[in-house]
Amino acid sequence: MSMATATAVKPVERENYLNKEYGVGSWLLTTDHKRIALLYLISITFFFFIGGFFALLIRLELLTPAGDLVQADTYNKLFTQHGQIMVFFFLIPSIPAVLGNFLVPMMVGAKDLAFPRINLLSWYLYIIGGAMMVHCMLTGGVDTGWTFYTPFSTAFSNTKVIEAGLAIFVAGFSSILTGLNFVVTIHRMRAPGMTWSRLPLFIWAHYATSIIQILGTPIIAITLVLVIAERALHLGIFDPKLGGDPLLFQHLFWFYSHPAVYIMILPSMGVVTEIIACFARKRIFGYSFVAFSSIAIAVFGFLVWAHHMFVAGISVYAALVFSILSYAVAVPSAVKVFNWTATLYKGSIRYDAPMLYAFGFIGLFTMGGLTGLFLAALGIDVHVHDTYFVIAHFHYIMVGGAVMGYLGGMHFWWPKISGKLYPEGWARLAALIVFIGFNLTFFPQFILGYLGMPRRYYQYPPEFQVLNVLSTAGATVLAVGYLLPMCYFLWSMRYGKPAPDNPWNAAGLEWQTQSPPTTFNFEKEPVVTWEAYNYEEIDARTGGEAPIVG
Amino acid sequence: MSDSTVSATVHGEAHAQNPALLHHFATEEQQRDASNLGMWIFLATEVMFFGGLFCAYLIYRGWYFDDFAAASTSIDALLGGTNTAVLICSSLTVVLAIWAAQTSRRGMLLSMLVLTMIFGMAFLGIKGKEYKDKFDEHHVPGASFSFDHVAIPSHPDQYANPRHAEIFFALYFIMTGLHALHMIIGLGIFTWLLWMAWKRRFTPEYHTPLEIGGLYWHFVDIIWIYLFPLLYLIDRHQ
Repeated sequence: MSMATATAVKPVERENYLNKEYGVGSWLLTTDHKRIALLYLISITFFFFIGGFFALLIRLELLTPAGDLVQADTYNKLFTQHGQIMVFFFLIPSIPAVLGNFLVPMMVGAKDLAFPRINLLSWYLYIIGGAMMVHCMLTGGVDTGWTFYTPFSTAFSNTKVIEAGLAIFVAGFSSILTGLNFVVTIHRMRAPGMTWSRLPLFIWAHYATSIIQILGTPIIAITLVLVIAERALHLGIFDPKLGGDPLLFQHLFWFYSHPAVYIMILPSMGVVTEIIACFARKRIFGYSFVAFSSIAIAVFGFLVWAHHMFVAGISVYAALVFSILSYAVAVPSAVKVFNWTATLYKGSIRYDAPMLYAFGFIGLFTMGGLTGLFLAALGIDVHVHDTYFVIAHFHYIMVGGAVMGYLGGMHFWWPKISGKLYPEGWARLAALIVFIGFNLTFFPQFILGYLGMPRRYYQYPPEFQVLNVLSTAGATVLAVGYLLPMCYFLWSMRYGKPAPDNPWNAAGLEWQTQSPPTTFNFEKEPVVTWEAYNYEEIDARTGGEAPIVG
Repeated sequence: MSDSTVSATVHGEAHAQNPALLHHFATEEQQRDASNLGMWIFLATEVMFFGGLFCAYLIYRGWYFDDFAAASTSIDALLGGTNTAVLICSSLTVVLAIWAAQTSRRGMLLSMLVLTMIFGMAFLGIKGKEYKDKFDEHHVPGASFSFDHVAIPSHPDQYANPRHAEIFFALYFIMTGLHALHMIIGLGIFTWLLWMAWKRRFTPEYHTPLEIGGLYWHFVDIIWIYLFPLLYLIDRHQ
């Protein structure tokens, strides 16, 4: 009887960042990096589902060879808005703005990011840009393709190019300010003992990402300013009829937009590194190689932009140089994959949901990376240029890589973020569905592209139908895989079991504080006296007990 | 882990002593370093922002060298030169303002900040005069643009191509316009700094906002130092 009463009494909840204050104002005016991360989580999920909805419409249109679902110009707007929303409002901010915002200060042992108010400002910039994009969508949309190629965007398109450009311009500043905040935090806010060589590799990945955000984003900002000015005032900077050069636009655009791919993929690599070390219970093989390969990818990423322009009219010598440089960027990427594999070797591996996503990441990223080598090869690129081969390749990298890493990270840190455990069985099932759905969607597109189906067409010859039907079926499966985590994460917030402070028995400062953390992250400023990923030590100390998971 | 208690106490004391120290920084030095590094990184993004324009300018200048030279001779180098002098003076007054704050000279701090803003507004006034002249001469790109029968400096028997000159003026207006926008933002920052100085917020120990505001002002100054020769002085020697 007394035991029954004891369990019936609700345990007093510890004060944490979620329950410290209530009310809309306490969220919309917060400077707590963890609350801002949640604001980003909600808004980014919103844009992910808008972009995903457009993707489904595109796939439905391509179910039949005849363009019978939408008209050609509507189709142009669909794939343009799908690309712009997914790239600028989901993929680029996803991991840095959600997981990075939440984890970077905790992982370095700081109370907050260096500039909390600038952090809040960057969320508002994201929301303003996003609202402009939604308004643009609802009042007519854009049909230029997400690349805004001139002179079509400046002189011919009669859609809302200026508004879309301004939306991305504003969102770009959000990205710059996040990067700036991370770099200063990593440089100046580390806890005593947290040396550069003890930083989690997640931090190194975000450091490299931030460098690209800081140095690359202003270039697309000024490029969009020029496009807007040219469109509004008929200046002729990019218009060959007026003495301008459309190739200059492409150079400026890809100088940002190729490195932007690494903004999407590097944070994912950071997430995967954390997960693999934890679920293989081992120190990451070749820590410094993995760390510096992030920096190397950031640097090389700035040198390969013109491989998007092999058939755009650049000189053959320039094309050769950019072809070779593009091969070079594969080296640091391969270093990472080799080091993950070496870490897994003889590890005591647990196949929990985050680890399944990490495996999925490695598989899909390797696939996308290898087909990237095809495209970096000048001759093959000429054959498959602007076909579905390219579509499949960059979806393998950007969706297969970035989204798998994002979902893996969300599962790994969900107990810390929400203080609740998610249902492990459902999570594993979702990981499997996403992996199968993804491959079913995009693998047929490699074959379609190789056979010559061009991108951006709303109808196609009947012989391509079987592969297109497969791809559309895959997209449906993928949609289920994406909806599942949203359902059980929301479910877990209300019904999930309370999470212990360190459910995975993981290394890293973020696990040394309560779940969910207090407003200033730590009760006392932590002092780091151990190396990163000391899993052998942890297991020796705790007897290698199996971690608890819901 | 026993060290953590020690550092936590030190941390608390530092906050008790200085109300200007924000909650998430441990020491004043850390806060100051973070602000400075943040501003330098922001300036790096600004360099890249203007860099795209400089890149475009240099490409077209290489292609349309003679037309650009002809177009640049139509801009008033005397007004541009005056503005250069005005800006350099304003950079000096910014430095003097910081020095005044470091040595607790309140009167000088206030007057130097006001002087900086006066120089800034003088710059914008002169810029406005230049823009008006261009407008009157139909040198603003657009429907009313006209640049007919203007001789090329190195080949006085040939006329410049108006199309290419129009690109020059487009870049001229975008580059100087963006620079002027930065000046206006700078004036806003200095209004805020003046208000803080008036409220006696700055001490010899705490004047980080002045320093980072000054860094921004110097940066805008430096951008002009590049814009002036590129836009005004090309081919003036002939």
